Amino acid sequence: MTTALNTLFITLEGARLNKEGERVVVTLHDEKKAEVPLRHLRSVVCLARAWMTPELLESCVEAGIHVSFFGMTGRFLARVEGLPGGNVLLRRAQFRAADDGARTLEIARAVVVGKLGNARQFLMHARRDAVEERKPVLEEAVRRLSGHLRALERAEDLEQVRGLEGIAARDYFEVFPSLLKGEARRFTFDGRNRRPPRDPLNALLSFGYALLAQDCAGALAGVGLDPAVGFLHEDRPGRLSLALDLMEELRAPVVDRLVFSLVNRGQLKPEDFKTEAAGGVLLRDEARKAFLVAYQSAKQVEVQHVFLGQQTSWGLVPHLQALLLARVLRGELDGYPPFAVR
Amino acid sequence: MESRETWVALSALQHLLFCERQAALIHVERLWVEDVNTAKGRLLHERVDLPGHDARPGRRVERAVRLGCQRLRLTGRADLVEYHPDSTSPTGWRPFPVEVKRARRKSEEADRVQLCAQALCLEEMHGVDVPEGALFHGAEHRRQAVRFDARLRTLTEDAVARMHELLARCQVPAVPRAPKCEKCSLESRCLPQVTAGQRRASDHLRRMVEPVEF
Repeated sequence: MTTALNTLFITLEGARLNKEGERVVVTLHDEKKAEVPLRHLRSVVCLARAWMTPELLESCVEAGIHVSFFGMTGRFLARVEGLPGGNVLLRRAQFRAADDGARTLEIARAVVVGKLGNARQFLMHARRDAVEERKPVLEEAVRRLSGHLRALERAEDLEQVRGLEGIAARDYFEVFPSLLKGEARRFTFDGRNRRPPRDPLNALLSFGYALLAQDCAGALAGVGLDPAVGFLHEDRPGRLSLALDLMEELRAPVVDRLVFSLVNRGQLKPEDFKTEAAGGVLLRDEARKAFLVAYQSAKQVEVQHVFLGQQTSWGLVPHLQALLLARVLRGELDGYPPFAVR
Repeated sequence: MESRETWVALSALQHLLFCERQAALIHVERLWVEDVNTAKGRLLHERVDLPGHDARPGRRVERAVRLGCQRLRLTGRADLVEYHPDSTSPTGWRPFPVEVKRARRKSEEADRVQLCAQALCLEEMHGVDVPEGALFHGAEHRRQAVRFDARLRTLTEDAVARMHELLARCQVPAVPRAPKCEKCSLESRCLPQVTAGQRRASDHLRRMVEPVEF
């Protein structure tokens, strides 16, 4: 059970959540495990199968606290929330922009510039700390990303933008083995794979991206945007396409950085994972918990928001970016400014 | 003109006089941020407590009174309306609105306008003149009489008209950053430094694609 930055994570299988006064009380087999004032919460995330009383659910919905449920592998299942926030006119502006080829291209391009720019920064930071013999590999990847960024400026349609994103992702993941240090070299990585992830690093990335996608969806819903109507990502039933768009620029600096710092510091080891019969890899319970704690504390870390010219925390970045996107759709900004890591 | 279905909330006038953008963000964009101050204000309104004023003989006190003015299409709730016995009133009573404020007179004009709007509603609903009301400052425990003179009435009706205009056009005016922004609970959602046009996303994007040096 963890709470951080106003999110209550439920990791105990069979936990019961009920409301006592203005507090959420978590019990397991009649033993009290946690108690949190409702007003401190923005969301409740159930990563294990848990019970929740209707009374608590009602209070959460009324207070605008999102409740979401994940399967054991971190796969998103459901989310309970009240009426959409914000303004119907903002949502209509979002839909109109999504139907407008030129605006879709412009926003999708900005999203990919954010993704590649921050991936490049992540590799630049890694290069600085890398041993001499690994620097050339990282520098080559940085150069390739720079080339893709230049090509993006010239991309004339969405297919080119998506194509460049795909090539850049391959170039980026290719150097991941070079980011492993010392004991962590026991981890192997042969490109990104998922559904299910086939090695521990991919399992960590998938779990981290699932958490980040939920944070992004919550931030978008919070400003009144529809998390399902995206620009880079096409609409597909059941997919939170706009959340995935918003997540692109944050994948490397939030999730990838966290994954490598955990394995390189030896906080997660190959033994913390289990392989299923068909080859899918899962985090063991303790590793899941360790990852969640680290993910939540990473949100508290202060960071400079270059575009807004103010200090903020990683946890608030999705909210600020969702707001900026709403401003773009309302015509108050000349384009979408992705979060830029310095 | 604006649609017949648009109504202005009494509370919007307070926001409008403080900042047009704030009023539009709350009432057009439907943004709301609860911070320590708004929470305190809300709690104060939940249990309005005016010592010494309930007990006066012959005076009736109503709390959380729903008010509306069809003429101005204005609607909302008054914290507290006192009904004073008055032989000159056709009903024998004279409504006397009292608005409770927690903060120490942030904008007296805004408070007066909000109170005057309540009086306009009460006049229409009861068919009697409401010449006076009072502001009660929670922090100071002090009551201050407000006369609804012609100047205040005009100011109030103008504010209602301006709010109707913002609602009808669904307009969120861009307002440059000002010192008062620090007092605004919506500052984190408003991003005044961005919307006044000082920052361009295109410059930001161009910097993000610039080559890097090792």
